[in-house]
Amino acid sequence: MRSLLVRRKGKGPGMSDITRARTAVVARILEGDGRAEHAQRRAAFGNAGLTPPLSTLIDKVAKRAYTVTDEDIVAARASGLTEDQIFEIVVCAAIGQASRQYHTALTALKAVTEQDKE
Amino acid sequence: MRLTILDSGHGLRTKVLFAVIRAVSRLPVPDAIKVNRYRPDFYGMPMRELTQEAMRGPSAWSVGDRELMGAFVSKTNNCEVCTKTHASVAAMAYQDEAKVSAALSDLETAAVDEPLRATSHMLRKLTREHAVDADDVRAVLAAGVSREQIEDALAVCFAFNTVDRLSRTFGWVVSGPKAFETGAKFLLARGYR
Repeated sequence: MRSLLVRRKGKGPGMSDITRARTAVVARILEGDGRAEHAQRRAAFGNAGLTPPLSTLIDKVAKRAYTVTDEDIVAARASGLTEDQIFEIVVCAAIGQASRQYHTALTALKAVTEQDKE
Repeated sequence: MRLTILDSGHGLRTKVLFAVIRAVSRLPVPDAIKVNRYRPDFYGMPMRELTQEAMRGPSAWSVGDRELMGAFVSKTNNCEVCTKTHASVAAMAYQDEAKVSAALSDLETAAVDEPLRATSHMLRKLTREHAVDADDVRAVLAAGVSREQIEDALAVCFAFNTVDRLSRTFGWVVSGPKAFETGAKFLLARGYR
């Protein structure tokens, strides 16, 4: 318990180490240098605003990654993207969906905690 | 893997590191490591920091608990390589392989503590349906799980929901039992950095 308190209180204004680490990952992939356009990385992160065939691949990555096929990657390449761009865009899509899940759950947790205080 | 750069596009120093890994382990370099080490400033390095914190940072959950949660999330995502890898780490951490395989095959009847069972239920729903609500959270709190433990479990869930997607999209290879055992020993001894 003591280590929890040290971690959560000792490292700055209300931000746990995991929050800091997650913020750093998201900032890096969306705002840092890369081979894919920033707008395309953000669109993949949000799974919104892309056109086929990339939208097909990215929607699968977000919602059912186990159904991605060789052909999905080939189609993304054929649309003019390099492998490096596909790498970045897929990373953004994966982290974007995991982030939405994470925030949904944290919001539910916060709602319950605040209700209990009332 | 489906992208050639992830197999063979690494810099010279990384290629040397891979040669050492192959020589010492007498096994191929795992695809997870290849992806982590490809242009690591973009994804690998910041994600390794996050994963280390989630899986080995201070928490009321044990290392075994967190590895089992990771395996459980990976199973829900149909990611065999991640399920097997982290089930192996959990079994080694608990020194109880039967407990891990029971939990992964039937969470309801497995001999795991109620807090871990309730938390795993929530992680499964979050992974499968992409959302949980206040009632789901209340059920976990009612099982004796603290708010901090829920946050810690959600961090594990985040890491695995990211990695499972990369594994299935890039086409990571499912290796043999020896590779899982070697990988588990390494992850237990050295962590994720």
